[in-house]
Amino acid sequence: MGIVRYGSYIPYFRLQRAALGAGKGERAVASYDEDSVSMAVEAARDAARGGVAVDAVLFATTSPAYAEKLDAATIQAALDLPESIASIGLGGSTRMGMAGLLLGLDLAEAGRSALVCASDLVTGLPGGPRESQGGDGAVAFVTGRDRDSIARVLGRASSTIEILDVWRLPEERFPRQWEERFTADTMAPSIGETVKRALTAAKVEPSTLAAVILDGTNPRSMAGLPKAIGLKPEQLADPLAASVGRTGAAHAGLLLARALDQAKPGDRILVVCVADGVDALVLEATDAIKSAPPVRKVDRWIASKRNDLGYQSYLKWRGILPFEPPRRPDPERPAAPPMRRHERWKLAFVGSRCEKCRTGHLPPQRVCVKCGAVDQMRAERFADTSCQVTTYTLDHLAYSLQPPVVVGVVDYEGGGRFSCELTDVDPREVAIGNRLEMTFRRLFTAQGVHNYFWKARPGR
Amino acid sequence: MASNGIKDRVAIVGMGCTPFGEHWDKGPDDLLVDSATEAYRSAGIEPDAVDAYWLGTMGSGVSGLMLSEALKLPYKPVTRLENMCATGSEAIRNAAYAVASGAYDLVMAIGVEKLKDSGYSGLVISSPPNDGTLSNMTAPAMFSLLAPAYAKKYGVDDDQLKQVLARIAWKNHKNGAKNPKAQFRKEVPMETICKSPSVAGMLGIFDCSGVSDGSAAAVLCRAEDAHKYSKNPIFIKALSFAAGPAEGNYSQDYDFTTFPEVVASSRDAYKQAGVKDPRAEISMAEVHDCFTPTELVLMEDMGFSPRGTAWKDVLDGRFDGEGPQPVNPDGGLKSFGHPIGASGLRMMYEMWLQLRGEAGPRQINGPKLGLTHNLGGAPGRCVSFVSIVGA
Repeated sequence: MGIVRYGSYIPYFRLQRAALGAGKGERAVASYDEDSVSMAVEAARDAARGGVAVDAVLFATTSPAYAEKLDAATIQAALDLPESIASIGLGGSTRMGMAGLLLGLDLAEAGRSALVCASDLVTGLPGGPRESQGGDGAVAFVTGRDRDSIARVLGRASSTIEILDVWRLPEERFPRQWEERFTADTMAPSIGETVKRALTAAKVEPSTLAAVILDGTNPRSMAGLPKAIGLKPEQLADPLAASVGRTGAAHAGLLLARALDQAKPGDRILVVCVADGVDALVLEATDAIKSAPPVRKVDRWIASKRNDLGYQSYLKWRGILPFEPPRRPDPERPAAPPMRRHERWKLAFVGSRCEKCRTGHLPPQRVCVKCGAVDQMRAERFADTSCQVTTYTLDHLAYSLQPPVVVGVVDYEGGGRFSCELTDVDPREVAIGNRLEMTFRRLFTAQGVHNYFWKARPGR
Repeated sequence: MASNGIKDRVAIVGMGCTPFGEHWDKGPDDLLVDSATEAYRSAGIEPDAVDAYWLGTMGSGVSGLMLSEALKLPYKPVTRLENMCATGSEAIRNAAYAVASGAYDLVMAIGVEKLKDSGYSGLVISSPPNDGTLSNMTAPAMFSLLAPAYAKKYGVDDDQLKQVLARIAWKNHKNGAKNPKAQFRKEVPMETICKSPSVAGMLGIFDCSGVSDGSAAAVLCRAEDAHKYSKNPIFIKALSFAAGPAEGNYSQDYDFTTFPEVVASSRDAYKQAGVKDPRAEISMAEVHDCFTPTELVLMEDMGFSPRGTAWKDVLDGRFDGEGPQPVNPDGGLKSFGHPIGASGLRMMYEMWLQLRGEAGPRQINGPKLGLTHNLGGAPGRCVSFVSIVGA
């Protein structure tokens, strides 16, 4: 078994650590309209492109959108996957993204392919290291049979350790972390032992590894590992600390995705993830590695950015800093029956096309606006259809965490039109004729209900 | 498909209109009492003479009881109706057809809106429970979509278009300054209009209609009875209404430089009234200038200006109070204010004054045919009403 496809996602905004008085580099910041679920969907769209069949969806995060209500189901719906699949949610530790991948590989071994998504929105107390060193991002893998794999499993090993390292009560917003020297010294032996076990199982000499990914709650705990097993510095993968920050449950997977982006057939990759224990996985890139690259590689996401986000905006987006709302009514929560009736429209961006005259309709209609044919529509997904701005406006009056609201009347290639909000966009750069692509977002949260829908963004 | 019209079969014999603005001391019931009382008096009748009522309000109340309770009507039929911002005109249209049918002899159309109690900026329309995918665009944003599309299609640059839009606001403020019932009774210099804070797209504060409270009412009867009530009644020549299929929301053919609903309803109205050349025959118009680009596009949709030329006509002063074809001589929605359910009736109130020579300092010289145009919705998806009236 192995990894069949993968995709990654890093949000558009970067917060400079200098703006926090926290050293060099920058961290990735999810926009005000993103959360762990919407970012997972963005990564998974790439992994599941072309209609890959999966038997299960796994979603790992420490920042779930809902404490109760299955986030994996929203991901399933947004990807327009069939309802006849299993779903699993994993959380409680930043190791769960890696654990999800291992579980997905187990499912693959049992003959079931899985879509494994890991996504995190890492928020720390203002002024603390988690705020400055954390990052937001997502990754997704499809696991399956050996013969379909771009990277197959050579060996793996796990450990589980009960230790007070990083913790947070269910009702708390920000995690706490024990003093690092204790956890580093205590975890190091287990890390070494688990890695050795995985390498032995894989029958791989450390010196032959093309890339080694070390990720964990406490970098200090892994500091001695390279020397202990005889690794050269050039074998160690960039942890993306300076450009992205540690993206929680997504991070080991995100670094793996980047290693796969760069891998040649036969390359062996070791992934180690440490949090409440250790997971170690040894993979080998197959000859198929070059045949199905993701649409967007990790480095492309890293390069596509806006890095002038103000700290105040960041605090406002995360709900840490209260702010003066506009004199407009608060958004209304969406209602369950219409959301269910229109699920494929709302979550998968499925419109309709008239079978008689080919006119596209967003949202889907029963009666064709052009030829009047009744109930002669077929469903069409517009989520991956290229589109462009026909006319637009900047709405300074509408409610938003980031005014002005940019709205475009958007025309789709092949026919179809929709007025939708633009995001990840500089209002000054919007013009008639701009090319756009669709992105899955959380529009707002009202009375405890998240409202997910699609927006358009300039190409990334 | 017939739209036969009721040309010269129905007359308006009395009207009332409250001042529009911030009526902190009056509720919708008070405003209804004010406009109804003025309309009864204007027609020289006692309330009991009115057989039936049509009440227009978008959201300031529900059901006919809103009116019957306020006026203590003794068990008369009251229809409450709503058609977005064209609500007031719908009250007139339905009331006119009821007297034309012979079902009633004397009826009242009345509209009211109380917007200033909400505490919000701009207009707020609540939606029924929904799937959360509806646009959260505000009204100025929806109408501002016209500006870049018009500019691009006709090769008008942004600065020029800004001048054109400001000229419309300037003109409507100038007209409103002469109107004692208007919400804004002050001329505003072009420079101030151009520099006003942005609300949406190219639109500043001065490009937007006034959010206000107000009520207006009309008493209608069959034409043959008109002189029983009034020495100088006005007569309905045409009433037309079009609700669009929202084609512009779906079809890439729609280019945001026109309202097909307005084209359809004005053509129908001209046919009913026998108007061949609206640019020459319509003496004056009260149109739905909710935002300045709307008025610009309406001039072309209603045939007052050939396509792509209204912006020049605006700059030439064609639609000024003293121009050859005055548009919004009472100040329009911009300056008189826009209490939704009352606006269509307020437009008719200006026709009533102008055609009877009672418009005071803003009186137009010898108008023959007047047009009112009332629109609800937004570019791409709207309802449009057009009436033509004459003395």
